Amino acid sequence: MSILIDKNTRVITQGITGSAGSFHTDKSAEYSPHSYVGGVTPKKGGTTWTGKESGKSLPVFNTVAEAVAKTGANASMIFVPAGGAADAIMEAADAGIKVIVCITEGIPVLDMAKAKRFLANKPGVRMVGPNCPGVITPGECKIGIMPGYIHTPVKPGSTGVGVLSRSGTLTYEAVFQLSQLGYGQTTCVGIGGDPIIGTNQIDCLKLFQEDPQTEAILMIGEIGGTAEEAAAEYVKKHVTKPVAAFIAGQTAPPGRRMGHAGAIISGGSGSAADKIKALEAAGIVVAKTPADLGTAVKEAIARKK
Amino acid sequence: MKVHEYQAKELLASYGAPTPKHVVCKTPDEVAAAFDQLSNGGGAMVKAQIHAGGRGAGQLLGHSEKLGGVKFASNRDKAKSIAELMFKYPLKTKQNGPEGQKISTIIVQADAEPAKEYYVAMTLDRSNGLPLLMASAEGGMDIEEVAEKHPEKIFKIHVSPETGLLPYQAQKLAFDLGFGNDHIGPVVKVLTAISKLYFEKDASMVEVNPLAVTKKGEVVVLDAKVDFDDNAGFRHKDLAPLRDLTEENPTEIRAAAASLNYIQLDGTIGCLVNGAGLAMATMDMVNYYGKEFGIGPANFLDVGGGVTAENAVEAFRIILSDSKVKAIFVNVFGGIASCARIAEALVKAGREVGFKVPVVVRLEGNEVEKAREILNAVKDEIPAIKVAPTLTDAAKMVVELAK
Repeated sequence: MSILIDKNTRVITQGITGSAGSFHTDKSAEYSPHSYVGGVTPKKGGTTWTGKESGKSLPVFNTVAEAVAKTGANASMIFVPAGGAADAIMEAADAGIKVIVCITEGIPVLDMAKAKRFLANKPGVRMVGPNCPGVITPGECKIGIMPGYIHTPVKPGSTGVGVLSRSGTLTYEAVFQLSQLGYGQTTCVGIGGDPIIGTNQIDCLKLFQEDPQTEAILMIGEIGGTAEEAAAEYVKKHVTKPVAAFIAGQTAPPGRRMGHAGAIISGGSGSAADKIKALEAAGIVVAKTPADLGTAVKEAIARKK
Repeated sequence: MKVHEYQAKELLASYGAPTPKHVVCKTPDEVAAAFDQLSNGGGAMVKAQIHAGGRGAGQLLGHSEKLGGVKFASNRDKAKSIAELMFKYPLKTKQNGPEGQKISTIIVQADAEPAKEYYVAMTLDRSNGLPLLMASAEGGMDIEEVAEKHPEKIFKIHVSPETGLLPYQAQKLAFDLGFGNDHIGPVVKVLTAISKLYFEKDASMVEVNPLAVTKKGEVVVLDAKVDFDDNAGFRHKDLAPLRDLTEENPTEIRAAAASLNYIQLDGTIGCLVNGAGLAMATMDMVNYYGKEFGIGPANFLDVGGGVTAENAVEAFRIILSDSKVKAIFVNVFGGIASCARIAEALVKAGREVGFKVPVVVRLEGNEVEKAREILNAVKDEIPAIKVAPTLTDAAKMVVELAK
């Protein structure tokens, strides 16, 4: 089992002919060839895209609606440049795509505010990102820019861990440590580093709590906003599974944008210390350093036994 | 992107908000001339233009008497002498660094002595992704303090990005703030201007503090602060000239030109990392092992996903240009990018830049074995490079070397 995506997910890439879109569709199709069914680039409809490494050939369409009609796609991976990415999200939702994963970074905040309002009227549509590494269910489906090989499917007898994170490389670090400790991952969700995101921490916690294969959850957060505090509150009330966490940015100076637009401490709220306090108060094991992400999960599991 | 008070007020005025007249000055003589123009037989305000807040309560560093960045001048000579001091000494406020900020622009503003002050701001409510207009009649006070102690005194209205601020919403907020019938019209104008500026120019924050009713009974924007969303810069070329590079760290400007995300800090361990989250976590790690020895990170540096030899070389040059740096911590998790390529970039940087401090390298991920071979082959040629087996070892090693 898994959350959001699995072996039956059918994916199209919006912006498939751009350099990033093409490169990462190729890498993703190499990992889970059965998942990819097509691509969209306006005015390139009718052509065929072929991946250099995967050898996969996919039909290119002018619109998402056409791609859905012809391929039966139910998920989309967006690499459309920042100026048009919010529009691409709304196009996908309108065309009936159920899981929209937006990788693009640098989208204007107000564009996302509009897209978020648009999605509120599309029940059943889930958007992940933007400015995120994507979603992977190891061994079944990869939508995004994460390196597939570091992930481990959950094997019979091994413990399945669900991972949700605001960061990219820090997630790879976490997954690498989990795999080394022998933990498989049910699904890893990069929820994105922007101030406005689609699927948030609580959405993921809820899905992982409901997923029978997920036995423990690792949440990687960073400074800025109060989403981790809200997530801690949610865990306290609704999550019975072991939860471990890490917050990046304990040494970040206030008021500065630390790479991710969302990672700004403002007016005393959003600091790492506040978040860690809230997480620990909810019984979550908080890793002291990024080298302890795997062992924090181990401790969380041991505590619940 | 932040802008100065005068730029923020000129933008708000262009959207219909009443603001007191001001003249932008670059020299004490211009300040004197502006005083003649605006004092109208009385006095005028002399206001230093720097991005940091808290100017009024700040202090000119090196000046023996108490003088901040905002001062009422009762006559021409006083205006000129205040300006001379402001142009001479850097201004330190609670929001900027210990060395303060050099003042290169002053505005002279027509006197508009407030009888009552209000606070108004528009920013994003991250909890629901909607712009939020908030206001309080407790102007002049620290708004964060009001939010903490008297949250009921802050009025909030969520504004739809499709409609912008609706007239009834602006009116409701004006009435909630307790304005009398005579003032509702001009207050609505200010609120509407704030919303228009926010939406039409992709601001991430518009703050008017204070919005004042003057002793003469006029509603005016006395001070304002605006921050623009850098992601939307591509569709607002008209705002580009408002950027004041003298307010920014020159090394950070240089880093941005090389597509590096760099923020200077005050520690002694330079950090070079791929990915923003890992870069923050690496700083935390340096702090975790170094804190007891007074050792911390010298910078945040995210080289991004696609590290090239060229930008890695520039990254090392930038880190080494900080004379405080005693050791460098390279922490790279090669996901899609190959560790071998990063190792090659390191060797190139070592040859071209020359490492005068130890460089502790922790690589993991794609093609890590090949990367270790590359670095091992140059261990006599570039002895500064020290490869650490694990992340924890690397952090401990770099702290030890920076002692």
